[in-house]
Amino acid sequence: MSDPLFWHRLQFGFTIIYHYLFPQLTMGLALLIVVLKLIALRTGREAFNNAARFWIRIFGLNFAFGVVTGIPMEFQFGTNWARFSEYAGGVVGQTLAMEGIFAFFLESTFLALLIWGERRLGPRGHLAAAVALLLGSWLSGYFIIATNAFMQHPVGYRIAADGMLQIADLSQFVFNPWAVVQYLHNQSASVVTAAFVMVAVGAFWTLRRTHSEVARVSLRTGLFAGLVASILVAFPTGHEHGRMVATRQPVTLAAMEGHFESGSHAPLAVIGQPNVPERRLDNPIRLPAVLSWIAYGDFSASVRGLDAFPESEWPDNIELLYYAFHIMVGLGTIFIALMGLGTLQLARGRLERSRWLLWLLTFAFPFPYIATTAGWMTAELGRQPWLVYGLFRTAEGASPLVHSGTALFTALGFAGLYFVMGILFLALVAQEVAHGPRTPEHGSHA
Amino acid sequence: MEAIWFGLAAMMVTIYVVMDGFDFGAGGLHLTVARQDSERRQVLAAIGPFWDGNEVWLLAGGGVLFMAFPKVLASGLSGFYLAIFLFLWVLILRGLAIELRSHVADSMWRAFWDGAFTVASILAPVLLGAALGNVLRGVPVGEDGWFALPLFDSLSPSSGLGVLDWYTVLCGVLALAAVLHHGALFLAWKTDGPVRSRSRAAASRILPALAALWVATTMATTRLAPEVFRGLAARPLAWLATGLFLAGLATSYAARRAGRDLLAFLGSAAFLLGLLAATAAAVYPTWLRSTLDPVWSLTAANAAAARTSLVTGLYWWPLGFVLALAYFTVLFRLHRGKVRASEMPEGH
Repeated sequence: MSDPLFWHRLQFGFTIIYHYLFPQLTMGLALLIVVLKLIALRTGREAFNNAARFWIRIFGLNFAFGVVTGIPMEFQFGTNWARFSEYAGGVVGQTLAMEGIFAFFLESTFLALLIWGERRLGPRGHLAAAVALLLGSWLSGYFIIATNAFMQHPVGYRIAADGMLQIADLSQFVFNPWAVVQYLHNQSASVVTAAFVMVAVGAFWTLRRTHSEVARVSLRTGLFAGLVASILVAFPTGHEHGRMVATRQPVTLAAMEGHFESGSHAPLAVIGQPNVPERRLDNPIRLPAVLSWIAYGDFSASVRGLDAFPESEWPDNIELLYYAFHIMVGLGTIFIALMGLGTLQLARGRLERSRWLLWLLTFAFPFPYIATTAGWMTAELGRQPWLVYGLFRTAEGASPLVHSGTALFTALGFAGLYFVMGILFLALVAQEVAHGPRTPEHGSHA
Repeated sequence: MEAIWFGLAAMMVTIYVVMDGFDFGAGGLHLTVARQDSERRQVLAAIGPFWDGNEVWLLAGGGVLFMAFPKVLASGLSGFYLAIFLFLWVLILRGLAIELRSHVADSMWRAFWDGAFTVASILAPVLLGAALGNVLRGVPVGEDGWFALPLFDSLSPSSGLGVLDWYTVLCGVLALAAVLHHGALFLAWKTDGPVRSRSRAAASRILPALAALWVATTMATTRLAPEVFRGLAARPLAWLATGLFLAGLATSYAARRAGRDLLAFLGSAAFLLGLLAATAAAVYPTWLRSTLDPVWSLTAANAAAARTSLVTGLYWWPLGFVLALAYFTVLFRLHRGKVRASEMPEGH
């Protein structure tokens, strides 16, 4: 209770997880909206335009919640992680400042035009606004991932005379190989979230036999995008990400996999419970030599276990890290199967009669949010005990003069505020889904 | 190099205040100048396309501060911890009020968000003004560059320092008056009908209060932070800025009386711009003045990031700034002209 570090971590973790519930949908949805509008423009089919209009309304709601929950994230670097900001601001300040000036202005300008400007801009102009918003939101995502990638795998920096970090090579820092892989993995996952939400609404309307045209468009677009993106999340992006962790954060890989003992032909534990005090995995089901192959592409490769590293370098919550990772991987596998099944039934023309599958697709939408959250928990817990990997420990990063009670107070404030906001958000989205797509006259009111 | 970034960061914060200031002001006057639902929608439509972009100046300015003066960001934000979170929660409430109001066609739902919008739009500039007050008066920065202050004190001149004390709250109320005046002139420019005439009336009522508060704050500042005026006197740039804000104030008064709405609004923008520029020029090179020992103050020199980081920033910042200006030009052009009461559709 008296250690402020715990409350700083809790508050930052809670507010970032909550915040990211919104951008993960808007980034993916921005792409799908562009796709819908492109198809509408090329084929002239009004159902795609109606679908785009409905999804733009959902996008607008999510975007508003994303903006208001995003502002505190920027400030918490200074309020809660002041020592880290002082230490690394000369480097990570670059990408955060770039995000403000290159991405946020783009987004805020074109969001208003996308939501209110359909009549004023005409179909091509409106599509251009959607593309600008896609660009803005994906750019914003890149700057954040580049910042995080520096914390995971610092490159392009120099340590100045006063011990603080300074930038040495901007392009090396911005195009950190870690950032590129993590970005592709993360953006694929955001398309998965958007696709599942789109499919869920389409399936829901189909089950209720309303808005059949827009329901069909949403189902088709969502299933196809969802299948492609679910595969991309696992391969190549997830696989490459895993290999990157294996070579650059080997102790993290060992902890994620519950791999306690070093050795060649390392097995992959599909399930099992890490028993950290006893240094073993309880009740495991193992695939022999598969971990060696995943990490190094060679079944006989030696994979270092946790025993190869001093305990001071172990992630500080191995159990949570292990489960978060396994939940992510397990759900990711199920997503491919579910989207594959849906696409198959669609191709056979049987989807609308497979009511059990429509029920499943309607209520599957929370799981991509869970998988994405678990994925980020894997990345951030796996980075521990470092704030900047290998350079600066999390324990050194918190603000020096903020009392634990003060940090607890603001954490509780966010918990209360975000709880009420969550209820509001769900009620408003439910209202939109119940109302369904609007006609063009209603779509562009001021 | 530090001087350039001091200037750029101060400029971005100034642009933020001028831009978000008009939508804060419009929000603070929302319940007063717009009485019916259609009028309230007229006010929201007038600021609707702009407010989000305006707020980005805060984030972009904060980003520049982070990049160029990490120690100032770290010490300042953690030192003002609770006040910052109050401000953030107010901004969250305000953003939700603007975005969610139109989603439900129910009079109590809308009345609630109208009230929240007004309260949040009043609190935000008070907190911003108080922040500026803290910068002017100084904070107890220690030898290691950190400080902590209680959120508030008893508000009497004899009590110790608080983030919110009599002086900083006075600065906050001055900021509130300034943005209410600014917002009233913005609405007078961008609306017609009863909203426009009420906004003009509001501006004329606020102006004397604004002038009185400005005199009171200036007098208090001469007592609490005399070095600010020594800085002001020593720098020609500060004289220029002082001239700008006096001319802006006079223009906004004369143009409003002449019915030239845009000129009056621009005059008010010049007033805010000049006032903040004069302040920045007067306090330069100090970011956070230490009330304990001037040597411990955080300045452009001792709180800047390494020179390579500052030089690197100059590679991309100008491009981003030009793009941002281009977006705002597009936005203001596409939304030129007045939001007319007759165009407010029934329903929502």
